[in-house]
Amino acid sequence: MMLDTLLANPVSQIFVGAFALLIIFSAIGAGLKWGIAKGKPHNVIDNMNSRTKAWWVMVGLLAVTFWQGRNAIIALFALISFQCLREYLSLIQTRRGDYRAMLWVFFCFLPLQYYLIWDDWYGLYSIFIPVYGFLLLPISASLGKDVTQFLDRAAKIQWGLMICVYCLSHIPALLTLHIPGYPRPELLILFLLFVVQSSDVFQYVWGKLLGKHKLSPAISPSKTVEGLIGGVFTATLVGMSLWWATPFTPLQAALIALTINILGFFGGFVLSAIKRDRGVKDWGDLIEGHGGMLDRVDSLSFAAPVFFHIIRYWWV
Amino acid sequence: MINRFIAGGFCWFARLLTGLTANWIGTEPNKVARIYYANHSSHGDFLLIWASLPDVLRPYTRPVAGKDYWDKGPIRRFLIQQIFHGVLLDRSNPREAAKGLDVMAKVLDGGESLILFPEGTRNQGTELQPFKGGIHHLAQLRPEIELVPVWIENIGRVMPKGTFVPVPLLCSIRYGAPLLLQENESKKEFLTRLENALKALSAQ
Repeated sequence: MMLDTLLANPVSQIFVGAFALLIIFSAIGAGLKWGIAKGKPHNVIDNMNSRTKAWWVMVGLLAVTFWQGRNAIIALFALISFQCLREYLSLIQTRRGDYRAMLWVFFCFLPLQYYLIWDDWYGLYSIFIPVYGFLLLPISASLGKDVTQFLDRAAKIQWGLMICVYCLSHIPALLTLHIPGYPRPELLILFLLFVVQSSDVFQYVWGKLLGKHKLSPAISPSKTVEGLIGGVFTATLVGMSLWWATPFTPLQAALIALTINILGFFGGFVLSAIKRDRGVKDWGDLIEGHGGMLDRVDSLSFAAPVFFHIIRYWWV
Repeated sequence: MINRFIAGGFCWFARLLTGLTANWIGTEPNKVARIYYANHSSHGDFLLIWASLPDVLRPYTRPVAGKDYWDKGPIRRFLIQQIFHGVLLDRSNPREAAKGLDVMAKVLDGGESLILFPEGTRNQGTELQPFKGGIHHLAQLRPEIELVPVWIENIGRVMPKGTFVPVPLLCSIRYGAPLLLQENESKKEFLTRLENALKALSAQ
């Protein structure tokens, strides 16, 4: 009876599916570890297994958050933004004169952006950072009286705010979409997360299995053409198979999944270019096997705002 | 008891604020008397090093702090003396400074370690400043004591000189390979060697 009620809820159904996938991946990982690596250290297999382990934690955390409801979901993404922002700004070179701008970013724009989403104030949260943030931050930086590389520094901080806060905040902002006849907007978040993250996973898997042609060694040495095509295609199928949880038809779900997968790919690609420029491989070391938080959500940050506006334009 | 609790609170806060990670690259966290010397760009520097040490070492590791700043007012005095067990160094006149060196030598004799900032004052977070000579005197007094270079990444940006609100950037600390004063090594050679070891660590 308990199980019946649980499984009647589409949110639970998606999580049950995700945990089932994780069990399969863990079993494959254990099989490879004993079958091929014979229990000895093996770079690729061990990396894959530690990634799977981290996925257990991340999906578990998501499940708990979604079970808690709307406020918890918004708070979780505010924390994710905070962690991404500090990883980004820790790695980007700033000068003494940027101190005040960084205070604004952390203590004003981040919390207010998430407050506005919590408050369902679309008119302001959709322009708050790109308009008011982008005007106020250079004003504040100019009061720092340091003109060295002024435009570079302004751009670095503003772009960090854009990627880590504005773009990512469009994930919980999906909760504010009021779609006629569709009472569960949190399913849209799960659709976005699972499709884009599965694209990352399958790009990695296909790349390891079939990857021959490097896509752009200068930017990301591990990305291959085979990985990209296989990953995007597989994740598009994942999106199509989730149509029942969305207001989309299967064809619409596939087209939207394809769009956000391509955007997600370029999100990871663009942020890799920044990492290359700074001479590092990862943004941080928070999540075992994945690098930092920003390494995990870079693709989401590009996919989220476009996904949000596709739905807002055609379904709301 | 309460003091240890407060100290723990400071460490916890520092770690939470900076997501602190410690990397022991050139040495292990052993319980021997040592001199940890580090780059200095914020009042939080010694706290961060202190917080990055394993719990067992912390009670045996004492920061060396400028008396002019830390002996002002009851709160600072309480913090530096009761909480952090700092060794106060009077930089205003040479005789007092020499006395401070004797105190430091005694601390090392007692099996405790020191945290030193040989730049003397805080840098502006961009370039390492030339080291002051005190660390050389101390090494001459106790030549068998290891000097461990410690690089603190980002702390200058968390709380630049003259500011009081910390920016929650991520910090990391790297512990390098220990150095010893060599026989017949001049003060200049020795200080250059220490500076270079720290600079090399910063680039890793």
